[in-house]
Amino acid sequence: MVRFLLSGDGPRSLILSVIVALIFVALATAPFLFPGSRSLEVAARIAIFIVLVASYDLMLGYAGIVSFAHTVFFGLGAYGVALAGAHLGRGWGALAAGALGGTAVAVAVAFVIALFSLRVRAIFFAMITMAVASAVAVLVSQLSWLTGGEDGMNITIPRELTPAFRLDLEIFGTRVTGKILNYYLVFLCCTVLFLLLLRVVNSPFGRVLQAIRENAFRAEAVGYRVVIYRTVATCLSAGVAALAGSLFAIWLRYVGPDTTLASEIMIDILLMVVIGGMGTIWGAVVGATIFVLAQNYLQTLMQGAADATAALPLVPDLLNPDRWLLWLGVLFILSVYFFPTGIVGRLRARG
Amino acid sequence: MPSPSLETRALTVRFGGHVAVNAVSCAFRPGELTAIVGPNGAGKTTWFNLISGQIPATSGQVLLDGQDISRLGVAARTRAGIGRAFQLTNLFPALSVLENVRLVVQARRGAGFSLLTMAASRRDLTAEAEQILDRVRLSSQAHQEVRALPHGDQRKLEVALMLALKPKIFMFDEPTAGMSVDESPVILGLIAEIKADPNATVLLVEHKMDVIRTLADRIVVLHNGTLVADGKPVEVMASDIVQEAYMGKEIEDV
Repeated sequence: MVRFLLSGDGPRSLILSVIVALIFVALATAPFLFPGSRSLEVAARIAIFIVLVASYDLMLGYAGIVSFAHTVFFGLGAYGVALAGAHLGRGWGALAAGALGGTAVAVAVAFVIALFSLRVRAIFFAMITMAVASAVAVLVSQLSWLTGGEDGMNITIPRELTPAFRLDLEIFGTRVTGKILNYYLVFLCCTVLFLLLLRVVNSPFGRVLQAIRENAFRAEAVGYRVVIYRTVATCLSAGVAALAGSLFAIWLRYVGPDTTLASEIMIDILLMVVIGGMGTIWGAVVGATIFVLAQNYLQTLMQGAADATAALPLVPDLLNPDRWLLWLGVLFILSVYFFPTGIVGRLRARG
Repeated sequence: MPSPSLETRALTVRFGGHVAVNAVSCAFRPGELTAIVGPNGAGKTTWFNLISGQIPATSGQVLLDGQDISRLGVAARTRAGIGRAFQLTNLFPALSVLENVRLVVQARRGAGFSLLTMAASRRDLTAEAEQILDRVRLSSQAHQEVRALPHGDQRKLEVALMLALKPKIFMFDEPTAGMSVDESPVILGLIAEIKADPNATVLLVEHKMDVIRTLADRIVVLHNGTLVADGKPVEVMASDIVQEAYMGKEIEDV
């Protein structure tokens, strides 16, 4: 059963299995294990970014396609939910219509980009996706009558998913609210999407993608139409990213350029893939978790460290929470230096 | 005599002012092994590239079983029955030996677009791939990564990939290049096995005269992109132009 769910591609390393199991249990019990709205925000963000990063890894790590337009697909899913909410009103139907509509548009956009540009060399494809990403970001901020521009849009979601909705139920002393139900909606959808991606990369189709990444020339010569496979991979990856975007919008009840379309998010995704390990869907789990945790708690940690070393010269200044980006950068350089194949690649090589 | 399975008609390719293959017309029949010889730069590999589609022809046609396939891409020609083993080893280096062959079996069976089945559960594909590895004596290395394989074994795998295609046309481009004396008999034995099948059309680019002597039913000589001689091995080898220009030196080398 577990083998079936994991598509026969488990973590394949004892340490990694323990890490993944811990992350899963922590996310599954987050509302009760770590009560408080901040930790729940972090947990939901981790779950969504795991899916987003895994979908990006399908393109980058498996098919060998370098794209900078992943945030576009993420954003289309999010704006789909927002626009459906704005025009169809509050309700489950509007959520589903928005998510599916946004996903359909994302797949269509991915299809066009892929068909036009996957025939050209990888570097040009990367540049085209970059152009599309900035064009979409500009468009969204300009079309303020539709998208709310830089202000973004608030999203109306069913009352059952909001903090105002309270169940007469307490688990470990925590009252079950709509916010918690919303979290479990996100968590369950993310789990399903992740397992789906794990299956795709271990399917015959996933093997073909790996073959294309390894040697596109020979893949064509044994009878695979490389362009078609790359296009399907791009569309699939875009579709999953859009669904992750929809979940993110439902969770935040807000969408704006900063939460989905910013180039910083694209860079975050790239870093998460590289830190976790390219070409191993599990890398997304480790990479996204570490990254989001660092983004959210490094400052707190540094404040603590700065206080503890207050008596020393210079050290507290270096550990000042304002310098958290510096230390985040140092962490990345170290992780890429010591784990060139990512954390998962390294752990699997040991085992 | 059976009708030609593969034919090139006035096949030509120009790179700028240089004519690499010049109006080469030649027909190949099932059950026949044709050796293609000529000095380096004669256009042998380029001719192969025109047949399997890696390079589009400037003019002329390629016919497979009488059908014009000149407009088809590489993948389509492969699916139509043109199999090719490359001169420079051309594999999927980070994947296992078994996975390399299984990918080709999967391509031939058109299973590449199944997205939600587990590749590992397709026992039929695995079984066929294992059979082929057995034929090229690579079973014991099945789970090794290809890039860790010695050169000779990579050459064997190169041939295994072509076998997995079950093509009508087998195109070998110097299959034993760089192989040691103990290793090449496996490959040569396989070529002889393929040749024994009356439905197989075999094209072999080769420099080693002893190999040609034992295997070839016919020799085609290319020189500066032009077909200059075509006939039974004894005749071609005896002809003056070939003796002088190409064979003499090669025979001394052997």
